[in-house]
Amino acid sequence: MSIVSKADTGVRAPLAAVLPAILGIALLVLPLAALVARASWGTLFQDVTSPAALQALWLSLRTGFTATLVCVVLGVPLALVMARSSARTAQLLRALVAVPLVLPPMVGGVALLFLFGRTSPLGRLIDDLWGMTLPFSTAAVILAQAFVALPFLVLSVEGALRSSGAGYEQAAATLGATPWTVLTKVTLPLAAPGLVAGVILCFARAIGEFGATALFAGNAPGVTQTMPLAIYTAFNGAGTGRDSAVALSLLLLATAILVLVSVRAWRPGALK
Amino acid sequence: MSEFLTARLTVPRTGFDVQVELDVHPGQALALMGPSGAGKSTIVHAIAGIERIASGMIQLGGTVLADGQRHLPPHRRSVGLLGQNPMLFPHLGAAGNIAFAARASGQGKAQAEQVARQWLERLGLGELAGQRPAALSGGQRQRIALARALAARPRLLLIDEPFASLDVEAAADMRQLVRAELERTGMTAIVVSHSAADAVALAGELAVIERGRMVQQGPVRQVLADPATRFVRAVAATLPAGDFLS
Repeated sequence: MSIVSKADTGVRAPLAAVLPAILGIALLVLPLAALVARASWGTLFQDVTSPAALQALWLSLRTGFTATLVCVVLGVPLALVMARSSARTAQLLRALVAVPLVLPPMVGGVALLFLFGRTSPLGRLIDDLWGMTLPFSTAAVILAQAFVALPFLVLSVEGALRSSGAGYEQAAATLGATPWTVLTKVTLPLAAPGLVAGVILCFARAIGEFGATALFAGNAPGVTQTMPLAIYTAFNGAGTGRDSAVALSLLLLATAILVLVSVRAWRPGALK
Repeated sequence: MSEFLTARLTVPRTGFDVQVELDVHPGQALALMGPSGAGKSTIVHAIAGIERIASGMIQLGGTVLADGQRHLPPHRRSVGLLGQNPMLFPHLGAAGNIAFAARASGQGKAQAEQVARQWLERLGLGELAGQRPAALSGGQRQRIALARALAARPRLLLIDEPFASLDVEAAADMRQLVRAELERTGMTAIVVSHSAADAVALAGELAVIERGRMVQQGPVRQVLADPATRFVRAVAATLPAGDFLS
């Protein structure tokens, strides 16, 4: 059986597409293979479990989970509004939601700094009310992560809501179900595969966040130094630092693969 | 429960407005026929509350469902709707779908589950209680959708071409079931159909809609025996000649 034949349809991809396709896969896979090849397996366990690495990992997981929670709380209602609003409103909202996807994260970091910085009106208000400054705190890490990760959750949930359509909700309403019952017993269960996929992608994006975090939250070990920042720091350090960087990168890569496998298990078709 | 339905409604659409007046007496079934796109589903959706009316009034028993200003939401109308697509919830089993309706109409969990069991037994589908809709045949799905609509204890049942997507045998079974349930419950109903045979089998009165307007209305056989338009004549011609004699 050829890799380009599709058994159920008998339609083959054109031969001219095969070489570029192989190069494309190579571009994606070879750097990761090089990373694995470069690892010093002898000291890998030690590097990964060093106090600095564990501190960064723990901070990444904590902030990643919290950012994902923030994204769910804000993103699911936003996706609901988008999926059930007029075509024009939905288009506008979708464009706004997609901004962090196309924006360099660094720019996002600068923007967050200007919005929440100590000299900004909002920054002053937060300072007056709670006596705290957001930038360069763990809260800033969470905000930066939520900023870049929210689109993944919203677009995934909105897609699921759109594909299930309003028909089931109307059917439920004609059976006498209140809007709350429709939401909890019909709408959300039907969107569950999209929600789970969105949550996983959102979490993966959050723990991989670098640019916005670096500018808005800084690089203080234990406070704002997440895994990607720890990798960057270790890579810029001399000698032994580079091994740690590779080890930490492998740890993030393993997390990413785990995430991908879970997404596959939760694709809409997987839900019987 | 038999309720009187009176509907005078205008629903704006691109092309033409749907503007009709119709009454259905308690316990009667009205057949609604017309060419594709004539506005039959619009009328049914307006009565169910899925579409808003621009003016007029829809009243069921003593309850105003809608007028130019007020719009009672679908879940407070007690109007059941069975469409061409059964719209069974894909994440619930056959019993779960029926129990959902019983729960939505205010029955307790245990009672709703019992209602679902009784329905499935009555339909001869008891062994399919746990099956998801994807595992059921088209005919089974439609029968469960009818059971679900009735388990919500509606005051009016709207049936919008539920036989159209079924094969001949399943359609005949479904037609017989609808007829039996309408007789058993004595429920007021509107049956949208393309088929003169459905109108004869299920309804006492027939209303014909063309381009959003009522073009003919009366007892089914009388309308078919004396067609006012080409469409009605074509529909009447599909009936076996002997049918008019009975």
